[in-house]
Amino acid sequence: MLGFPLRILTKTIWEIQSYTLLSARAIANLFSRPIYWREIILQMERMGVGSLTIVILTGFFTGAVLAIQSESALRRYGAVSMTGQLVSLTLIRELGPVLSALMLSGRIASGIASELGSMVVSEQINAMRALGTDPTRRLVTPRMISMLVMLPLLTILCDAAGMAGGWIIASYKLLISSNQFWSDAINALEFADVVGTLFKPLVFGFIIAMTGCYVGLRTYGGTEGVGRSTTQAVVSSSILIIASDFFLNNLIIYFSPLINP
Amino acid sequence: MIEFRQVHKSFDEEAVLKDVSFNIKPGETKIILGESGSGKSTILKLILGLIRPDSGQILIQDQDITKMSERELVQVRGGIGMIFQEGALFDSLSVRENVGYRLSEEGKLNEEEINAEIIQLLGFVGLEEAIDKMPGELSGGMKRRVGIARALVGTPKVVLYDEPTAGLDPITKRSIVELMIKLRDMEGVTSIFVTHDLNAASTIASEYAMADKDGNVTFQPAAEAADLLSTDFIMLQNGSICFEGDYHEMMHSNMPYVRAFTS
Repeated sequence: MLGFPLRILTKTIWEIQSYTLLSARAIANLFSRPIYWREIILQMERMGVGSLTIVILTGFFTGAVLAIQSESALRRYGAVSMTGQLVSLTLIRELGPVLSALMLSGRIASGIASELGSMVVSEQINAMRALGTDPTRRLVTPRMISMLVMLPLLTILCDAAGMAGGWIIASYKLLISSNQFWSDAINALEFADVVGTLFKPLVFGFIIAMTGCYVGLRTYGGTEGVGRSTTQAVVSSSILIIASDFFLNNLIIYFSPLINP
Repeated sequence: MIEFRQVHKSFDEEAVLKDVSFNIKPGETKIILGESGSGKSTILKLILGLIRPDSGQILIQDQDITKMSERELVQVRGGIGMIFQEGALFDSLSVRENVGYRLSEEGKLNEEEINAEIIQLLGFVGLEEAIDKMPGELSGGMKRRVGIARALVGTPKVVLYDEPTAGLDPITKRSIVELMIKLRDMEGVTSIFVTHDLNAASTIASEYAMADKDGNVTFQPAAEAADLLSTDFIMLQNGSICFEGDYHEMMHSNMPYVRAFTS
């Protein structure tokens, strides 16, 4: 009777333990040699520069939609002029970091899982170990560092593109002056919002890289297994991003009186 | 050189190797035969320390590797070359980078010295012209030969072959087998050859390589002198050794499982 739930519980604990161990090893590798700088730069280029278009487009259209949608709500209270405030608060506090992370979980976590998964099923990971290289050091740590550096930068670009999208709609459709839009948008922000928009992507970047690597490295079952891992990496990292966003928001709200000067 | 002492290994509660014991002397070639899933490749992974046994001991040059840390195992792996089933070349690296991988990682040689070693090894497997190609541009047989070149970096004393001839045409298969014979007879390499290809195994057990005064290598049938080739066979059935002996003994065995392979 208890067999099935017990098996699920055991498997869940085992998965959490393995994920934690892999993460701990990836972090510990930062403090010893060798560090694969070339691989880190290569991954930054692939993950960061390669994701510029999707992140900027996502941000731009989200900002524009926010401005359009806010009009009907704000008009009831005669507060259409506050569109800049609404767009900047929503984007920088929440949508910029979360949407960038979700877009990148679709692009990067799936890419990492399929690349490492293919390496597992074609025995390249075993070959790497046989040739004296630790795959965690060579493959996982560079991907983790790359995401930790690139996702905050991409989030800033996403926020900027979103603000630009909102400003275009505010100027040309809602006929709000540029001065008013930008002064409202900037004055609405507190220091904690800026800290939050940079802190959240650090956590999300870690989740995307580690989930992609973890799922990829435990691939089994040939090419079918690679497909399964790819899907699982996207689903798991997206859920983890949204769940961790809830806790991060609470954390930032709790600490904001201390953060704000 | 390599010794298995009552090694037991299971995956998901299914026993893959059951109390397997054998011994390989320096310079000896051990051919492990058996049907798919009989635990042949598991033996090679255990020797490299890629997986650990549930019980028993594995000794390499009198050192028990079963209790070694990953860092200690790296030292042991340095003396072993492994040729994987499909070559297992790194897709993102060129042939040059694949062959020179271990040397670049070790960082002991400069770029020129590494390049010289790569060219020499690719010459040994007859693939100098493929040096700047990517693995995706190579045929199956070429990938295996690059895999052999990569495994021979640092002149390892032990070379492990995981079905290197599987799925290849007869001509390519012959060229791989000749490379293996050359390594055994001219370099004195200790090797384990895992296969279910009896033809390839028979050729290794019945031919020898010799170089003439110009350095040209020829392959001769060993005939009655086959015993001198220091090549023995192990046959695995459901994770246990069901036969151990030389080529002659195997071909004349009355065991039904062995006969199913040899007939």
